[in-house]
Amino acid sequence: MVKFLQRCYVYLIFVFLYMPIAVLMVYSFNDSRSRGTWGGFTLRWYVELFQDRTIMTSLYYTLLIGVSASLIATIIGTVAALGIHNSRGWKKKLVMNVTYIPVLNPDIVTAISLMILFVFARVRLGFVTLLLAHITFNIPYVILSVLPKLRQLNKHLYEAALDLGATPGQAFWKVIIPEIMPGIVTGMLLAFTLSIDDFVVSFFTTGSGVSTLSITAYSMARRGINPKINALSTIMFVFVLVLLVIVNIRQEREHKKGRGGKNGSKRQDRGYSSEFGDSQFGSEWV
Amino acid sequence: MRKSSAMVPYLIWMALFIVIPLLLVVYYAFTVTTPEGTTWSFENFTRFFEPIYLRVLWRSLALALISTLICLLLGYPVAMIMAGNAFSRKNVIMLLFVVPMWMNFLLRTYAWLAILERNGFLNVLLSSLSLPRLNILYTNAAVILGMVYNFLPFMVLPIYSVLSKIDKGVVEAAGDLGANSVKVFTRVIFPLSLPGVVSGITMVFMPALTTFVISRLLGGGQFTLIGNLIEQQFLVVGDWGFGSAISMVMIILILLSMAIMSFFEDEDKEATLW
Amino acid sequence: MTENIVQLKGVSKIFDETVALADMNLSIRKNEFVTLLGPSGCGKTTTLRLIGGFEQPTNGTIWFEGKDISNVPSYKRRVNTVFQRYALFSHLDVYENIAFGLRIKKLDEQTIRQKVGKMLELVNLQGFEARDVNSLSGGQQQRVAIARALVNEPEVLLLDEPLAALDLKLRREMQHELKNMQKQLGITFVFVTHDQEEALSMSDTVVVMQDGEIQQIGTPEMIYNEPTNAFVAGFIGESNIVDGIMRQDRLVDFGGARFECVDVGFERDEPVDVVVRPEDLVLIPVEQAKLTGVVRSVTFLGVHYEMIVDAADGTGWLVHSTLMEPVGTTVGLGLAPMDIHIMKKVSE
Repeated sequence: MVKFLQRCYVYLIFVFLYMPIAVLMVYSFNDSRSRGTWGGFTLRWYVELFQDRTIMTSLYYTLLIGVSASLIATIIGTVAALGIHNSRGWKKKLVMNVTYIPVLNPDIVTAISLMILFVFARVRLGFVTLLLAHITFNIPYVILSVLPKLRQLNKHLYEAALDLGATPGQAFWKVIIPEIMPGIVTGMLLAFTLSIDDFVVSFFTTGSGVSTLSITAYSMARRGINPKINALSTIMFVFVLVLLVIVNIRQEREHKKGRGGKNGSKRQDRGYSSEFGDSQFGSEWV
Repeated sequence: MRKSSAMVPYLIWMALFIVIPLLLVVYYAFTVTTPEGTTWSFENFTRFFEPIYLRVLWRSLALALISTLICLLLGYPVAMIMAGNAFSRKNVIMLLFVVPMWMNFLLRTYAWLAILERNGFLNVLLSSLSLPRLNILYTNAAVILGMVYNFLPFMVLPIYSVLSKIDKGVVEAAGDLGANSVKVFTRVIFPLSLPGVVSGITMVFMPALTTFVISRLLGGGQFTLIGNLIEQQFLVVGDWGFGSAISMVMIILILLSMAIMSFFEDEDKEATLW
Repeated sequence: MTENIVQLKGVSKIFDETVALADMNLSIRKNEFVTLLGPSGCGKTTTLRLIGGFEQPTNGTIWFEGKDISNVPSYKRRVNTVFQRYALFSHLDVYENIAFGLRIKKLDEQTIRQKVGKMLELVNLQGFEARDVNSLSGGQQQRVAIARALVNEPEVLLLDEPLAALDLKLRREMQHELKNMQKQLGITFVFVTHDQEEALSMSDTVVVMQDGEIQQIGTPEMIYNEPTNAFVAGFIGESNIVDGIMRQDRLVDFGGARFECVDVGFERDEPVDVVVRPEDLVLIPVEQAKLTGVVRSVTFLGVHYEMIVDAADGTGWLVHSTLMEPVGTTVGLGLAPMDIHIMKKVSE
């Protein structure tokens, strides 16, 4: 009985969490001008969505910025994490504190401070500034994903490679990098998602002509409900859902493969919900 | 590559794009530019203490606090149930909880427009049940709703992660020592979960305090929060000095609430935040 | 006399301000099983890491087959290491872990397969090729680590507390296997441990270390029966160590009585440490005993009883005996002259 009530409560919360998304999805197929009434099934809004030049351009920019910002951030962040891992004392403390600034700073402060910088330095707001801003707020998340992997490394791993005849370079590329790869990939995915999700920083650091999906959706939403946004939301939600399910299944399979042995539990830490869930904390300052 | 010098490029990047911009914010906050030139001044800060702006500050604090409280009241039971044994497939349940968070924040907020507007889903539903219509869009209630909706997972996840790590033996020991289930909760479970509660509160309160999108979309134009004020100064009014000053006040507020929170927290902040 | 394969000449190592090793001289012969034994922080692991090339000596030189290798990097040394906690590459499976060193040497696939196969057989892990190393038990991981090192056919294998993480039974088995492997392969093993039993049961030579200095080098029997000082005596097996005064050759005072012993060469009335193994103390009737005391505790340990007997001067004597007396009884303790070991006090 208690269990039943507990389940009901959680299901109610799920209804609260999913209802708005469900409503959007249903409306995206609604062939009616007045949104309150059901006017029959249609794919009209999806067709219009793909014909909308503004939305398609912003989709292009969103993906372009997301991919390039997360790639660059991953490279800078991974190298930085290696450096931080090998540093000690006040230096390490200083760098870690700097790393936490963009994580803890409200988005809007990061946004306006970057805007001030770009205008102050007379850089024209546009694609370049948008990219620089995204890289900046992405790097700390890459570092914070890679550092725990480095800390988990057996400290003799590098020496073991040298012992087996690998030169320092070989030891680094054949052992250290593959060992921390899961952290690097997590960091890159996280950076990509944050980049796609970002609105505030993009809003302040972009210029005329360059707009991301978030910005486009915002300016449309301020004019009220738009069925094309409903369609866009539906597509994005399904996309995220499929992606999550695939990653989760993959992880589960990998987890099963590595079952048994006392290190089995360590692998669980790579579990999707714990890792991405935790890392997502505090990532949205809107 | 095993040298600490590997972090030099990163440090240069961060100095350029994080430290210098923040110093520029400080610079603009403390200067006033008149046709005669730029001078150091506290004017931007004194201006903030005018009643209209104080009212904005007060409203922001109040809405953020209320949202945080609602998130805690709604979220704590969820975290506890999930950490318990009501569900056999916990991974799936946790995943279901995380999925909406991965939806674009803006679209999530926008979705409430479709529900709350005059002819939206809620009112269609109400009138089909022949109940009176509700017009809460563009009110404080809608803003709070938006905040709770967006930030609830930030409350549940840290509490859940702390609760699920509590040794079952501790709970059983308390029972063994004669504590009834209420006492087990108040004397054992809740105190042990405090670190999670503290980081949950921090993680909900701060974005709630600084948001300008939720208030802009769901609160309409009339309910300005501190975030909207900053946005206006930079994008509409063009008064960078005043905007920077408000931003600094906001940072100070956040540092202050973090200090208060860390007072309740065990030493290891890194572990609870991440 | 077989030739020396590894030599440390006047080697010292200083980390920041702490001295980890002080002027160490050590020669290791070919095909020898040498154990470095001592408490943590005694410098045994540092010694191993110097031989492996993971640390450079602050002073002194390290020689390998008659050549100075002090400045040769670890990846060019013909020694291999089994690391504490194994340091296996978790992104590679068992086969690829073992093949790592061979791939670095760019051997052809055929040779690699053959060599890895032989190693898997040696460590008894046939059929585990494709297993994820994280899915192995501690003992299996251990075997992979050994195979990964041995496949490179090193002249010297260095083992840094390789058995520390295993449970007692498995540890015994592995001790045995390691010893057999060493004999079978005919190579030199340098083994680091803090477990004196392990050291005694496996080694040809034991090097007892403390505070960065060698205390004694010898066969296990020598170390146990003739410890050179109170530290070695105390560290190897259980011992009663009490203060005594050497009256003349073969005559020592301790515990309020005068005893005959077999040691010579001390100053008259020199203060010394007297070491008596608990199994050398026997219970005898009070009236015949020079040493008496009251039984404080009795513990049954299977093969024998362990008793603590409080003497009048406050010394608690540890006694191992197959006989026992109940707690509170006054008993006499007897001991033969050759069981009394006299050691010079370590000068402060």
